[in-house]
Amino acid sequence: MKVLVPVKRVIDYNVKVRVKADGSGVDLANVKMSMNPFDEIAVEEAIRLKEAGKAEEIVAVSIGVKQAQETLRTALAMGADRAILVVAADDVHTDIEPLAVAKILAKVVEEEQPGLVLCGKQAIDNDMNATGQMLSALLGWSQATFASEVSVEGDAAVVTREVDGGLQTIKVKMPAIISVDLRLNEPRYASLPNIMKAKKKPLDEKTAADYGVDVTPRLEIVTTTEPEARKAGVKVGSVDELISKLKEEAGVI
Amino acid sequence: MAVLLLAEVTSGELNMDATAKAVTAAGKLGDVTVLCAGASAKAAADQAATISGVAKVLCAEGESLGHRLAEATAELIVGLAGDYSHIVAPATTDAKNIMPRVAAMLDVMVISDASGVVDADTFERPIYAGNAIQTVKSKDAKKVVTFRTSSFEAAGTGGSAAVETVAAPGASALSSWVEDKVAASDRPELTSAGIVVSGGRALGSSEQFALIEGLADKLGAAVGASRAAVDSGYAPNDWQVGQTGKVVAPELYIAVGISGAIQHLAGMKDSKVIVAINKDEEAPIFQVADYGLVADLFDAVPELTGKL
Repeated sequence: MKVLVPVKRVIDYNVKVRVKADGSGVDLANVKMSMNPFDEIAVEEAIRLKEAGKAEEIVAVSIGVKQAQETLRTALAMGADRAILVVAADDVHTDIEPLAVAKILAKVVEEEQPGLVLCGKQAIDNDMNATGQMLSALLGWSQATFASEVSVEGDAAVVTREVDGGLQTIKVKMPAIISVDLRLNEPRYASLPNIMKAKKKPLDEKTAADYGVDVTPRLEIVTTTEPEARKAGVKVGSVDELISKLKEEAGVI
Repeated sequence: MAVLLLAEVTSGELNMDATAKAVTAAGKLGDVTVLCAGASAKAAADQAATISGVAKVLCAEGESLGHRLAEATAELIVGLAGDYSHIVAPATTDAKNIMPRVAAMLDVMVISDASGVVDADTFERPIYAGNAIQTVKSKDAKKVVTFRTSSFEAAGTGGSAAVETVAAPGASALSSWVEDKVAASDRPELTSAGIVVSGGRALGSSEQFALIEGLADKLGAAVGASRAAVDSGYAPNDWQVGQTGKVVAPELYIAVGISGAIQHLAGMKDSKVIVAINKDEEAPIFQVADYGLVADLFDAVPELTGKL
């Protein structure tokens, strides 16, 4: 079985986000960028499936700016076999919407014929939580979102999902789209020899036009603003003082 | 404009709070029709009909619609979509499972986790873990939107909308339910509780996490947790508050042994009053706390629980 893993280049999760003064978005110039943390988990899960003999080949794909090839090299260094970069934007500030990403991925799936697509449940930049579900709809495939446990058994996958209220286990027919949640695994770090080896692994470059997908956004960004800042309050010296503040000043208990 | 709102129905039961909050948001867009779908949904539909501002309720019952499975519910919604300009839902895990699928089937973008309605085409939503608020205007003919429930007041009750039955689609061959592991609890639900007490990694073990539960029970509060506490196995996944967990905005949020990573702040910084108890006085949580207590939680929490 071939596993396709879409990965996104996003702002590093430790970087403090700054909104641009003109309201056009978040400043991404000269900011550390990394692989979306959920996508790292998806790559790791694909590698584990391969190590367990359940998958033969792992193909990483990224859709965005040319610089996303760094993200793909990271996936290759972790253990993906080859990569496909689909250039769909020139400016690092352009975010390709999940619908357009899903349409491109659907074309990649047509070409590559994977038995499974493993993707992150959401990207930590636009926080949309949509691409996996959309891809699944476009392909008419089964979907298992927010996975915290995945077990592939023949032509089906048994997936435990993190849902409101607890956990749910479902069985999905393969081929399937599985979107992964935080607790599925802990992604490995790429070793230096593997980083070197990754430089020689194949990385194909395509464009959105090659797949005939229009990536014009459906959502026009009117403005981007800083959220209202919370003012730091006071330090209290004791539990008694805390209780009295909560009772008398705040009136919340 | 006509709005179709997918109610949150789990095992036949209506989540009144989440649904009523989404009704408030949807009411800004047009006449609201609520869809209750499930293996059993009639009781939920009757209850949804009492929410103020609901014009009509559609009830779809069928085995295919049970167990939160996305495929059949998405098919049902797409079949009904023709009559509506907007298709919306509260941003629960179930809706986040279903609505992007619906949007793609309709060839429109989904607008996830909207926190504000500017006009019928324009919505505000938090991005980057709430570190920026983006206003987006949809160019799509139909809008598919999920609403962040902590941003809207629940609509009241007293309505008496008519309930109509609609046919459920056949079962999807794509996926099937195996089991649920849902912890029963007498505590209030995390996203609708007036008070939330959350614990972090500093608790050190699931046994010691009981300190948090003890304080919560004394206050009649819901229990939350940081990602670190959930990852370490001290607390179950559905207690996680943050960017990728639950978003809460209670009257009082008490963060115990939580450093305050931006991903956690994203889930609680709209709380009315925030209390932080942490022995590290440099912890970022103090930058958003109204009242900070620099103390060892193993001393402070039992004392607080005892004195309340």
